[in-house]
Amino acid sequence: MSQPITKVFALYQNGFKAMTVGRTLWKIILIKLLIMFAVLKLFFFPNYLNTHFQTDEQRADHVLEQLARPSVQNH
Amino acid sequence: MVDVDLSLVNWSRAQFALTAMYHWIFVPLTLGLSFLCAMFESIYVRTGDEKWKALTRFWMTLFGINFAIGVATGIILEFQFGTNWSNYSWMVGDIFGAPLAIEGIFAFFLEATFFAVMFFGWNRVSKGFHLFSTWMVAIGSNLSALWILVANAWMQNPVGMAFNPETARFEMENFWAVLFSPVAMSKFTHATSSGFLLASLFVITISSWYLLKGRHMEMAKKSIVVASVFGLLASAYVGFTGDEAAFENAQKQPMKLAAFEGLYKGEQNAGLVAAGIINSAKKPGDSQSPFLFEVKLPGLLSLLANRAPGSFVPGIDDLVYGNKEQKVMGVAEKMKLGQQAVADLATFKQARKDKNENAAKDALARFTANREFLGYGYLSTPEEAVPPVSTVFYSFHIMVILGSFFPVLFLAYLFYTFKGRIAEVRWLLPVGISSYFLGLVAQQMGWIVAEVGRQPWAIQGLLPVKVATTNLAVGHVQATFFMFLGLFTLLLIAEIKIMLKQISIGPEGL
Repeated sequence: MSQPITKVFALYQNGFKAMTVGRTLWKIILIKLLIMFAVLKLFFFPNYLNTHFQTDEQRADHVLEQLARPSVQNH
Repeated sequence: MVDVDLSLVNWSRAQFALTAMYHWIFVPLTLGLSFLCAMFESIYVRTGDEKWKALTRFWMTLFGINFAIGVATGIILEFQFGTNWSNYSWMVGDIFGAPLAIEGIFAFFLEATFFAVMFFGWNRVSKGFHLFSTWMVAIGSNLSALWILVANAWMQNPVGMAFNPETARFEMENFWAVLFSPVAMSKFTHATSSGFLLASLFVITISSWYLLKGRHMEMAKKSIVVASVFGLLASAYVGFTGDEAAFENAQKQPMKLAAFEGLYKGEQNAGLVAAGIINSAKKPGDSQSPFLFEVKLPGLLSLLANRAPGSFVPGIDDLVYGNKEQKVMGVAEKMKLGQQAVADLATFKQARKDKNENAAKDALARFTANREFLGYGYLSTPEEAVPPVSTVFYSFHIMVILGSFFPVLFLAYLFYTFKGRIAEVRWLLPVGISSYFLGLVAQQMGWIVAEVGRQPWAIQGLLPVKVATTNLAVGHVQATFFMFLGLFTLLLIAEIKIMLKQISIGPEGL
């Protein structure tokens, strides 16, 4: 059982070690994920309903309130 | 909505469009190039020729670069759902949850697992297992795309659900109706096959550059043969699925089809506009001509839209103001029913709050009778249901013209390659080099047609974009728009630099 796991581990280990252009790509991916989750998501993209309301009932009530407002007629 | 700031709605739209269009630079190439890599490798495994192995590894490296730069950019769209489109996000959570969860599982298990074997497994696993992994990456990538396209198709044709006024959510009633809706199927097949076409153009572009420079000639010629055959088949399939998509538009989103064609007055035996210049002063309901110039193919639109020669195709005026003779209900009439639905929803909400169950039950029954028109209740004027006609018309026609040009290009490449003269045809190679960029234009035009064409709806007929949006400060959305623009520009520059460096190195061993 442990031999296949060791083989899979070795595949990944050797693969990562032997990377050339892949190293640069991984750096880009990690920087991108860091910017996305640690900066954009955290400071600029909070979930509006989760941060403004405590329960699902309150969230549903808020959305229903938006939906139950009539439109303005511009004739 | 009383207090919607239209500039906020438009900036939110622009931000979403920017992200989606940037994401769509990478996705179609990933979808198509994964299959081309699998084909190249299949030839290598079948022939045992090491040159095909070197060729496969070269294209696989470019595939990896494209994948790495594009990966996770789609997650930004999900951030925007929660922040900029919170009403919409809440309402569709139940519908989108299942497809997007399945997409995540597919992406993780099929792509992530076999991706490692595909890149790290050369000479470490058997040839057969490596080839199997490459095919699994191709199939997995394309199946991942299925789920997000199903979600998009549901917005264009909301089926298999019911709106629950207690929770303000669309709840899924029939998963299979959502998955196998004809709109979802035509969207999936059209989007993926256009990705196959784009990847073929990508291979043609780079191979043509090598031929023009006199470098890696053998690899370039081998690549061109496979890419041209694949591209030719993909072109035929794109045409077939495009026809299917237009037919579905005619049945489910006739306003979008009318905008494709700049058709204001509905006609029996309607003609298809092959080319034209839109009269930008034209407004719904006025007597001006919609075109300054047009070339029409008689009767073809009726055939394509309804599969029935001579049939009636409704125009924008018929859809906005109604046409009793043709039994087309106008937007004005739908607005009245929609306003009634909105009022009944408000009554239901208040009755629930007051714990008046009888009043709530009556209001719910009235709401249910008109709920299919709910979205029309939020429109301010009937003309608001018309998308920007010029944008949709030109995008559609540019896409179709380019889509008709690509098979001719593939045929020319095949002809000269089999004649053994491809490297000598100096006029064709620059055209080939530009072809990938033309393919990208066609891809982006396709999304503009699909998404701008369905405006003002976030969910067709049920939820306009202006109600789907969150009431944020417009400055916040503007700031994040420019932040994304900067981030995406940097990432694109990084991709182009890495890609060009790799192309200039070329394949090893050839």
